[in-house]
This record gives sequence, structure tokens and C-alpha cells, in this order.
Amino acid sequence: MLSLIVSEGKDLTKEEKQRLRKEKKQQKKIKEKKDDKASQENEKEKKPVTSAAPASQPPTQPTPTKTKAELKAERRARQEAERASKQTKKGETGQQAATSKPKAPPSDLQPVVKRLPEHIQVDNPDVLKKLAKKLERQQIPLRSDYGYKVSLFSHLHQYSRKAPLTQQLSIPSTVIHPAIVRLGLQYSHGIVAGSNARSVALLHAFKQVIRDYTTPQNEELSRDLVNKLKPYISFLNQCRPLSASMGNAIKYIKKEISNIPSNCKEDEAKNKLLNCIESYINEKIILAGVAIAKCAIEKQKISDGDVILVYGCSSLVNHILCKAFEKNRKFRVIVVDSRPRLEGKEALRRLVQKGISCTYVLISAVSYILPEVSKVFLGAHALLANGYVMSRVGTSQIALVAKAFNVPVLVCCETYKFCDRVQTDSFVSNELDDPDDLIVTRKGTTPLEGWENESSLGLLNLVYDVTPPDFVDLVITELGMIPCTSVPVVLRVKNVDQ
Amino acid sequence: MELQAVLMAAGGGSRMTDLTYNTPKAMLPVGNKPLMWYPLNLLEKVGFEEVIVITTKEVQKAMSTDLKIKDVKMKLDVVSIQEDGDMGTADALRHIQPKIKTDILVLSCDLITDVALHEVVDLFRAHNATMAMLMSKAHEFTETVPGQKGKKKTAEQRDFVGVDKSGKRLLFMANEADLEDGLSIRKSIMRKHPRMLIKTGLVDAHLYCLKKAVVDFLTENKSISSIRGELVPYLVRKQFSKTVNSQKLKDDTDDQTQEKNDGPLLISSRDEPLLQLAQERSCWNDHRGDMSEAYHGGKLRCYVHIMDQGLCCRVNTLAAYIEVNRLAPKLFEEPSVHPSADISERCQMGSDSIIGAVCHIADKTSIKRSTIGNFTTVKEKVKVTNSIIMHGVTIEEGCNIQGSVICSNAVIGRGADLKYCLVGNGQHIEPEGKSKTNILSNGQ
Repeated sequence: MLSLIVSEGKDLTKEEKQRLRKEKKQQKKIKEKKDDKASQENEKEKKPVTSAAPASQPPTQPTPTKTKAELKAERRARQEAERASKQTKKGETGQQAATSKPKAPPSDLQPVVKRLPEHIQVDNPDVLKKLAKKLERQQIPLRSDYGYKVSLFSHLHQYSRKAPLTQQLSIPSTVIHPAIVRLGLQYSHGIVAGSNARSVALLHAFKQVIRDYTTPQNEELSRDLVNKLKPYISFLNQCRPLSASMGNAIKYIKKEISNIPSNCKEDEAKNKLLNCIESYINEKIILAGVAIAKCAIEKQKISDGDVILVYGCSSLVNHILCKAFEKNRKFRVIVVDSRPRLEGKEALRRLVQKGISCTYVLISAVSYILPEVSKVFLGAHALLANGYVMSRVGTSQIALVAKAFNVPVLVCCETYKFCDRVQTDSFVSNELDDPDDLIVTRKGTTPLEGWENESSLGLLNLVYDVTPPDFVDLVITELGMIPCTSVPVVLRVKNVDQ
Repeated sequence: MELQAVLMAAGGGSRMTDLTYNTPKAMLPVGNKPLMWYPLNLLEKVGFEEVIVITTKEVQKAMSTDLKIKDVKMKLDVVSIQEDGDMGTADALRHIQPKIKTDILVLSCDLITDVALHEVVDLFRAHNATMAMLMSKAHEFTETVPGQKGKKKTAEQRDFVGVDKSGKRLLFMANEADLEDGLSIRKSIMRKHPRMLIKTGLVDAHLYCLKKAVVDFLTENKSISSIRGELVPYLVRKQFSKTVNSQKLKDDTDDQTQEKNDGPLLISSRDEPLLQLAQERSCWNDHRGDMSEAYHGGKLRCYVHIMDQGLCCRVNTLAAYIEVNRLAPKLFEEPSVHPSADISERCQMGSDSIIGAVCHIADKTSIKRSTIGNFTTVKEKVKVTNSIIMHGVTIEEGCNIQGSVICSNAVIGRGADLKYCLVGNGQHIEPEGKSKTNILSNGQ
């Protein structure tokens, strides 16, 4: 066969190559089917099928020259063989054989089927069973969902803050390191909120875990420590779904741990890991923030006389504005806020403390206030691989209205928040917060008090939404100012580096 | 390890001497189990594996023979201290300081509760608090107490507890005895927490989660001898002290000396800058409306969990003892009659009575709403109502016992009629003796 490839002209070798690929695939499939069929009952019927398959192949065994007509004839022969096999086999296995075979020839590239993550398959009982088994193995309690879920989002988890995971843990927690339990509690109570804060707190907790870790006998640090971290990560996931930045930080740490050479002494290895974590935080979070601020200020993205609109409380955007104010730029800020979190109040406090003159509105007044605005600065929770920006719910609304008013929208995001997920809507993957947060008491009455008893009422407290790249004019990262569509490029470059 | 449990079982029961002059408080039977079994059970249910028990030699001896305590699966590290010494609870902590390696959970042996402990510990963990404690709404005791003639006026002095509007942060704590002219609250507290709820009807459960730094602080400050009386009010006051927040030396000599002593209290963990960074970047604040950061920048924080439902009782008075005997058995799903008890068929027993091991209950007896201890003999025609009979008691025929407490090894003579009495250890009541609201014991 190889000699054929060498001797023939270009077209033929291409066809030859295609044919070779198809044959290899068919052979593989036949092998798989043989294994399947071997365990099944109707073995006798398989023989004609299997004999048919290789029978169809020998004619395709190449004589050097093949015209298009001959290829067509081969395809027809194959299809007839499959039809014959369908008739002999009335069971499902026949269908499998039939459907998979014709699929193989047309597509050269096998579609890569990614497994759906379990946290967006909550309405699938099999997935839930698998999750329960996994958690049981890791000795972590399963947190049960709370309340009626709106049907569009019934595939997501919804937890109640009044039922913390620690209820089911033993109090001097032995299975999970105390620093991780504390962190999980702080996540679920919302004491540590915001992408950067969560990542920093996570790395701080990991530092303590590494400090208290001792390698057991006959184990290697590089493998055992990674296994120790897995239940902790499951626990944190149960307390609050992991953010994209946390995911990237965890990947980095796992890589660093597994790269530790086996002849390294334990103390040295631990020190090395602690230094790695320190340098990661320093580079990716602190210095990146400084670089972004510098970039934004020097490139005149914040100029005198500007009216800047910010939404919610983004640590990075607050940092940029404070730095710009220190450099004596004259601008004022409009803080837009939304219920139920009312994070804008915290942003307002920090900006006013610095001395920046601010205005505070709720998101319902955005179209009223936008004619005054010259720029919109938004923070991001993650930047997806197709250029969409995932951020606090309400961000896409602001970007939309700003676009309608022709106001430039700038998103500030560090590169460690870039993730290779692809999403075009806010339904597929999101986070549902505690629905009881929406209940508010005004003038002594609580209208939504008994909402669980109303069968037709569901409370939805979404956390994130995605903004399409058409509404975002610029993304400011520490690598510079890039358009939204360059995110996959950055990701690719990062992967190559790693 | 996250938390070490410390059980204080050396208390003398000074407010119920009639019960405790012979039996140490920690071993008083409640529902036929020794009093200290209840906090041990609470710790065991939650998942503790080791407890440090601080107690006297007497109690230690009694513990080693008690079956129920032997049943406890946790490892009990018993530290005995001098009985007569004037050791307060804080002194005891100082005594065991070398054993303390991490944050501690201090319990008193007379606490009977069904609280979900994670509520208290979660406050301690989530807010990185220096102290977290448990309090409960006080319930009036409805049972008549033996030896009390007429309604007892609350001679106990009230505790004033100030919490912020979320009901979790402890802002103010003082006992009526310490307040001479009236309640004075510092302006700095009012500025930081404009809404404060002051509650007086709360019972302190004597359950504290303390940071290790506090124990180290105690070793340097030998003047503090009681946790409840001195340490807790001190910590609550220190939350708003200027030296803690501003870290500048004050002109007052008082504060200067205090600042030196505060050193261990304000020990920051390693990686403090990282924690600071995480807090700065987090968009959370515990209060709204002023310009200060979360927790007003205070490093020392005290939290309280106030139980409004469920049982939480401290057995330090006779009234509490009687109340708890009524309620405690309901906490557990145990059969009310011990299998080894020998009860004759013609005995009328109410469903809320408890009979201990190896008891002999004869015919024609009526036992209602009572607790009968182990090795007790009750002869014929005895009527026991609303009473607590401890271990090894012999009740002769024809007695009528109502609303009373009969301590261990007492003998009640034939035909005695006791109403709301307390019979001390080993006492003999003469046959045909009549007694009403009397305390008959040697301890008087």
C-alpha cells in the first residue's frame, strides 16, 4: 500500500489516502462490533455481517488506478451489504452497525464528543446518581437542591444558604482540611465573592493545605497530593460552583504538583509549590491589575471630563478608577446597581472613600442616565473562547443599551480568567443562587413570604449572563487592548506556552 | 486538627448544695445518666474523637466506675485538679495550656442541649472570629421546687447582652452586678453599629469556641480566672478598643499595659497579606451605610448564636435540675424502662416515667411522671408522683411521695408522706413521717 502512495500522482494518492483512512476506520469499527457482538446473544447472525464487511473491503483493496465510477460502485456494494445485514439482524445491534458504517465514510473528521459537565445535568437522574457515588467515595456529603426551580433552569443546582454543607460534616473536620471548610463556608455565605477574591482565597487555602501535608509511606508527593486535593475541590464545588478563574488556578497547581521530580525532598517540594502559588498570584492577579490600570490610563481610555459608567462591584474596575484618580484625571463615575445583591453599594463606598464623585442608580434607570455617559467599564467573570463575556447578570443588558446609545463598552479582564468554554446563551451553563434572597420586607410586609406553597410560583435568582462580542468594543488585558474575537488566539498562545 | 474539645467538670454546684454535698455535680443522675454524659454525648454525636476533661479526683474515680461513661467511644483525657483550690475556669485552661494545639471548644459539664453545634462553629469559622458562644432564650421553670415556700423571686442578677441587627455579632455584655448607675455604651460602638438590640432574657449556655491565641493570652494574663465572668466581657469590650483598631500607643497607662498584653490576641496567621488581599478584592461588607470596610477593620470579633427553639439548659440550680429531669429523656429514643428492672404487673406506670436498672417495683404501686434510679427498691402500695428518685433508694410500703427529690441511698420509712421535699444522701425518714416543702439533709 505504501508503495502505491509513492508511485501514483497527486489525485490518486489523495483518493488512496481517503480510502485507506476509511478502511482503517471500518476495520476498527468491525473490531468494536465484534467485541460487542461477542457478548450478545445473536452470534450466528453476526457472521454474515462480519463476513459481509470484509467482503466489501477486498474489492476496495487497491489496484493502483481507480476511477470515480469504480469508487461509486464500491460504495454501492457497501450499502447493499449493510442493507442485507439490516435484514438479517432485526435487533438494535443491526441498526448500530448500519448507521455507524455509512457515517464513517462521509466524515473524515470524527466529531469530538465532549462529555457534558455534571453541574448542568441536574435533571438527569443518572448523572445525579454518579455524582452521589463519587461524593460518597470521597466522603463528602451531598448537598440537596432547594425549592422549586423555574423550568428553563431545572438543569442547574439551586441551594439554600440556610442548609450549609457543614450540617452533615463532623465538627472537627478530619476528612476535609479546616482551611478548606472555612473557605467553603465563606463561599456559600458570600463573604468571599468576586472572581479575583475567590481565586486568591482558594490559593491561600491551598497554601495551608500544602503546609500541613505530609507524604504517606510508599507514596509520591506528586501523585498523592493531587489525589488529596480532589475531594477538597469537590467540597468547594458543592458549597458554590467553581468559577472559571478558580478552575484555571486549580489546573495550574495540579500541573505544578505533577511536575515535581520524584527525587525531590518533601520540604523542598513544598517550598517550591508555595513559591509557585505566590508567584502565580503575583503575576496573574496583582501585576496584571497594575498593568491593566496602566494601560487604561496611559492610552487615554480615561481622559479628563469623562463620565464613566460601572456596574456592580468589580475589583479590577475599582482598582483602575482609583489609580486614574490618583494620577489626577478629572472624571466622574456613575455606579449602576441591581437587586438582590446590591454590590454597587460596596463599589460606591470604595470610590467615594477615595474622593471620586459618584452617582448611584439602579439598573432600571440605565436608559435614563446613558445620554450622560461617555464610556462604560465592565468587569468580567470569565471570557469565553468564542468571544462572549460572562459576567454578573445585568451586564449584557447594560452593554445592549450602551450599544443602542453608541457609547463605547470596555471590558477589563485578566488573562487568567480566559476559559476555553463556548457558550452563546445564558441558559446552558449558569449558577442559581438562593431564591430566598429575592424576598424583601418593606413596611412590615413580606409579599413573597410563603412562596414555596404556591405551586405555580418559582423564584429565579440568576448569577451570571453572557454578553455577545458585538456589544463589546474593547477588552483590556495585561497583554494589551484586544478585540473580543481575539480571545481564542490568546488561549491558543497560552496553551502553546504551557 | 481543627478544634479541641474541653469539658469543665470540676464545678462544685454551689447553688444546689443540698444535692451536691455528697455527689459531685458532674455525676448527678439526670434521667438515670450522669450529668456529664450529656455534653459528652453531644460532642460524640457531632464527631469529636477526643475530649480533654478537667475534673476533680473524686469525679475521676466515679467516672471510671460508671457504665454510661464507659460507653462513650471518645478518648477522654482526664486532667484532675485540686478540689479545694480556688481554680476558676480560666485558671483551668491555663493549667492545660501545653495540651492545647489548636482552637478550642469549651463546654461546661452541666449543659444539656440539643443544639446543632455547627451553627456556633460555623460563625466561628466563617467570620474568623476570636470567640463564638451559644445562648438560649430562658424558659420559666414551671415545677414546684422542693424546699421553696411560695414563689421564688428571681434573685439571680440579669445579664445584659447587646447584639447587632443581624443578631449574630456580640457587641455588649454586662451583668447587672457590674453596672452601678446604669448601662453605659461607648460612642464608638454606637457609631459603628447604630442599631443594637439589648436582650435580658437569655441564658448563657457556657459553650465557647475560642481561638488558640486566647489561651496563649490567658497564660500571660494571670489575673483572669473565670471565662464567663471575666474573659468573655473582656473580649467583647476589646472588640472596640482603640488600641486594637488603630494600633497606636495611647497616652493612658492602662491602655499601654493592656497593649503589651494584647500581643498574643492579635496574632495574625501566616499569609496574612494574602487574606488581606482576598478581603480587599471581595465585594462583601457586613454592614452598609458608612465608609468603613468589612467588620470596621476590627481584627477581634465575637459572635453569638441565640437558640430560640430546642432544649438548652444549665443544671446549676435545683429548679433547673428538676426541669431537666423532665425534659432530658425526651431527647433520646430510649425505652423508658430498663430491661433489667423487675416490675410487677400490677404496677401503674405512666408513660413518661423512667425506671433504671435492677429496680424492684412491687405491686399496687403508682409511678407517674417520675424518674427512678438504678438499684432502687419500691415496696407495695407506694405512690410516687412528679418525683426524682436517685440510685440505691429504698422506699417502704405505703409511702406517698409527691414532687420530691430523694437522693441516693436514702431510706424512706413505711407510710411516710413527703410533699415537695428534698431528702439528702443516705437519710432515713422515719415511718409515718410527714414532711412538706422541707429539705431534709445533712448539708443544711
